[in-house]
Amino acid sequence: MNTMIHNTIHVLLALTLPPLLLGIIGKTKALFAGRIGPPLLQPYYDLIKLFQKGSVFGTTTTWMFRAGPVVGLATSALTVLFIPLVNGTAPISFTGDLILLAYLLALGRFFTASAALDTGSSFEGMGAAREVTFACLAEPALFLGLLVLAKLSGSLQLAGMLGNSLAAHWATSGAALALVLLSWFIVLLAENARIPFDDPNTHLELTMIHEVMILDHSGPAYGMILYGAALKLFVFTALIVRLACPVATGSPWLDWPIFVVAILAVAVVIGIAESTMARLRLIHVPVLLVAACLSSAFGFILLVR
Amino acid sequence: MVQVLDPLLIVSLALNFVALGVSRIRGVINAVAVQGVLLGVFPLFLHPDIGLRVVVLAVGIVCLKGLVIPAFLVHAMREANIQHEVTPIGSYMSSLLLGAIGTGLALVFSYTLPLAAEHSDLLLVPAALATVWTGFLMLTTRKKAIMLVLGYLLLENGIFLFGLLLLDAMPFLVEMGILLDLFTGVFVMGIIIHHISREFSSISTEHLTELKE
Amino acid sequence: MDVVLTLLGIGIAALSGLPGLFMARTAMSGQRLTTLLAVLGAGLGLAGVGCFWIIGESQPLVLAWSVPGAEFNVAMDGLSAIFLVPIFLISLLGSVYGLGYWKQTAHPENGRKLGLFYGTLTAGMALLVIARNSILFLFGWEIMALSAFFLVTTEDEEKEVRDAGWIYLVATHVATLCLFAVFGLLRKSLGSFALTPLAEGSLTPAMATAIFVLALVGFGLKAGIMPLHVWLPSAHAAAPSHVSAIMSGVLIKMGIYGLVRVTSLLPAPPLEWGTAVLALGVVSGVLGVAFAIGQHDLKRLLAYHSIENIGIIVMGLGLALIGRSLSRPDWIILGLGGALLHVWNHALFKALLFLSAGSVVHTVHTRAIDRLGGLAKVMPWTAVCFVVGAVAICGLPPLNGFISEFLIYVGLFGTLGNGEGASFAGVAFAAPALALIGALAVACFVKVYGAVFLGTARSERALHAHESSPSMLVPMSALVVCCCLIGLVPLLLVPALGQGISAWAPNVKDAGPALVTLAPLGWITVMGMVLIAVLLVCGGVLWVRLQRSVVAYGPTWRCGYAAPTSRMQYTGSSFAQMLVNLFGWALRPRTHRPGKLTLFPQKTDFHSEVPDTVLDDAVLPAFRFGARLFSWFRMFQQGNIQVYLLYIFLALIALLIWR
Repeated sequence: MNTMIHNTIHVLLALTLPPLLLGIIGKTKALFAGRIGPPLLQPYYDLIKLFQKGSVFGTTTTWMFRAGPVVGLATSALTVLFIPLVNGTAPISFTGDLILLAYLLALGRFFTASAALDTGSSFEGMGAAREVTFACLAEPALFLGLLVLAKLSGSLQLAGMLGNSLAAHWATSGAALALVLLSWFIVLLAENARIPFDDPNTHLELTMIHEVMILDHSGPAYGMILYGAALKLFVFTALIVRLACPVATGSPWLDWPIFVVAILAVAVVIGIAESTMARLRLIHVPVLLVAACLSSAFGFILLVR
Repeated sequence: MVQVLDPLLIVSLALNFVALGVSRIRGVINAVAVQGVLLGVFPLFLHPDIGLRVVVLAVGIVCLKGLVIPAFLVHAMREANIQHEVTPIGSYMSSLLLGAIGTGLALVFSYTLPLAAEHSDLLLVPAALATVWTGFLMLTTRKKAIMLVLGYLLLENGIFLFGLLLLDAMPFLVEMGILLDLFTGVFVMGIIIHHISREFSSISTEHLTELKE
Repeated sequence: MDVVLTLLGIGIAALSGLPGLFMARTAMSGQRLTTLLAVLGAGLGLAGVGCFWIIGESQPLVLAWSVPGAEFNVAMDGLSAIFLVPIFLISLLGSVYGLGYWKQTAHPENGRKLGLFYGTLTAGMALLVIARNSILFLFGWEIMALSAFFLVTTEDEEKEVRDAGWIYLVATHVATLCLFAVFGLLRKSLGSFALTPLAEGSLTPAMATAIFVLALVGFGLKAGIMPLHVWLPSAHAAAPSHVSAIMSGVLIKMGIYGLVRVTSLLPAPPLEWGTAVLALGVVSGVLGVAFAIGQHDLKRLLAYHSIENIGIIVMGLGLALIGRSLSRPDWIILGLGGALLHVWNHALFKALLFLSAGSVVHTVHTRAIDRLGGLAKVMPWTAVCFVVGAVAICGLPPLNGFISEFLIYVGLFGTLGNGEGASFAGVAFAAPALALIGALAVACFVKVYGAVFLGTARSERALHAHESSPSMLVPMSALVVCCCLIGLVPLLLVPALGQGISAWAPNVKDAGPALVTLAPLGWITVMGMVLIAVLLVCGGVLWVRLQRSVVAYGPTWRCGYAAPTSRMQYTGSSFAQMLVNLFGWALRPRTHRPGKLTLFPQKTDFHSEVPDTVLDDAVLPAFRFGARLFSWFRMFQQGNIQVYLLYIFLALIALLIWR
């Protein structure tokens, strides 16, 4: 299968699958709670409905409020091009692309938080403050994990770090990689506003980080935010999938389905994690994020000793 | 056999951090109990020949550290009406960071020690030092007496890990470790907590300073 | 040719303020003439640099000079060229900005002084960058330092400004003292005051370490490396904004220039130097931005961000030093390349931020962030300039801050492949530290932009703000264009960076092409364009949908609250509260809480502040202790003329005995 078809499947999958992840997480949480829950495809219906709706804009808002969803969606969409979903290749890959990925997400965060402050409401300000604070602690954890992968693979491209040689490295340095996996899972929960950091279902200021930042958006802009958030979840989940099961059977007809099954399985795991844990008190969140940093740091120390 | 040991040691190191970081006493009890169970399983991997004695020992340690002592502690919590919150001196973050620094130093320090050839590659010595440090940290930075007991148990787990190095040389070391645990169970909890609770109607160690006159 | 042009530029810049002194105090003609001359001087200087880059090499110029031991030896090389560009560019833009910001008619008592010293500051800095003789270097350095002092104390009727000026003066003279020692030791080893590289083995390790440490302290004081940064926040906050722009953007880089020049002279640096410099960079970066988050004063906050960015530059320099110790040319190229590019980038976006901040302060007459708000609606161009500066300083793509941080990241990650011993693990940990710095910077600038420009106005003054005049907007726009250009097409700068790196480490050949091979800047350009394209597409889709659907306007929902006021918004301090608490061990915030509430509570207040820990808890108490100690010597100061005659007599006796 030549590169062109491979990249096309990559892009199509990355653009269509993410809302399904949200649907699966919702369904898993519902099943744990003894409910039937919304249909699996509900996020798609939501997005379609939102794009057809009208909008309400606050009178305090400026162009930043319109720019927030646009930048959030654009940056999330661009980051999916770097992750090697299958076979250790990604559509765009160059030395140092991992840094561009992290900083594109930071760009999205800057504009989303600024859009939140644009409304002049204390709710959004609260969410924006918490969002940027927790990101400060989650970024080093992500980079420490990348250090481990860079050391193991000797490459500075995401496609190389999460490539086919990872399976061999699991056998030799499994402990370090397990610590990185744990750390990145915590970062996934933090960056995508899952329990124990944030409860995406409630709308109380006690529990909101992401939900409250987007409280005033409506219509197509809100749809763009939802879609961008789904894409971001997809990026982080794909990282976990590539780290946890770097399978390369050699045949693309097997690889792609295995990847899809694996990413849906990780979505189920996220749903289980959300259903079995309680949301942390806000003062304990930095402790958990520092623990994630330390986990990756120890993975790195184990490698270099 | 020894390849399995390293990941288990890492899990035990991670449990140190869980014990330092969680905010409920039951969480700390669970962490120490799981660590104890893990330690109980180690002699099975380190002993060259797995005979009946080793299996009985392992089962005994698992029961003692994993079931009996945690049950005693939970019972003591209920009897003395202890609040479930861990109250650290300082903050959770500082305990966690001090534990991390100690573990890092343990890793570095263990390289300078003249170990026997078969032990120098394992994480056994660094994990033992780190667990001892964590136990010490918990003893010094927690206010409630039950947390002191848990710190002592952690300290003891660390010493037990050290003792595993000498398993071939001193075969009855493990049995002595079990006896030490029994000492903990009977004396420390029964007497000290009971007495502190009777004397001050609370088991915060802050009141113990009144004893200095 | 290029050196002559530069010298001509320096001369004109130095004299640019002089005609204004003789013209009327209350007319604009003097200031216009000064600005014209300053622009001319800066233009000539930039032409000189351009000449050097086109020709590719340069001849030193030696003129006679009557000062003993010194010679007027100036030359241009890759390093000097790189540092000259920000000097002249920011000076040019700042002078134009001053036409609108510090109008002579509005400030008759200090406008001409400001124009005079702005020119001499530019001249002093440019002179020290091209000097190849220690005495000439110090000459330029002192001109720069004293001009900056007079500029900082422009509004010396305010006590706060006077205090800031004194702290700055003490710090800069301690720095000059250290520099005297450095150049004295260098002369001892070299035999002359020339600034030429020393041969291997011509220095004992003790001498080399002494020179390095003194240089680090002296230049670090000027650059603002923690913990030597104590003068920076107050000085940059107290000065007029275009002065803060040139101080923050260019003056502190002279400390970096000095450090880079002295380390290029010393042969074979040991590994500890590079590691120490890298560690200092990490500390400055993290604590600089942590302090910045806690500030309420707009310009003080920006000053602390300068400390953070100096930390990043120093990290790159540390990596380059480590590369030199371990003979790894790729680390040298990436580390120094990133550091030098960040010198440019920081000059550009910090000047942009200070000029925008000045634009704000000019209309609302307050620097307190928590008294502003909603300014984006009344000052749209300033808001756009500020947000471009904010995105650039956070190192976000597609602007220029990302490029230099990218180079340093690739360098730091590259140390994983092949290193030795403890320093290698430590070096790799600098990468997550840089990530932490970046995330904290994002937090801080969301806070600043949100509190100042977004939301609703929190006070009367912010309600009555107005947009600034074109003479202030044009320099800001020029800087915006530069930031975008460097961010999108960094390949343009690679030849200049390559020449700078080769000037520092002569054994690294072809630094420019090697830089592009190590860090794929072409890909960055492509991705920048792709990002802009995707942004346009998404924005277009949204715009089309908004056109076709119903759009209504209403008040902000606020979860249904019916009667909101502007006081209910999140202030800057509340935004930063979690991070300030997290870093409370370093920041030591002071809060004044309301007292106990009684039955009929009186009006009370709450305020919190983050003073500078090093200044307030270490330096000032130490100086006060020293003052108490030295006041013991006051007993010799009797005021009695007979006693003084006695002292002279005793001194004569002592000299006679000693001979």
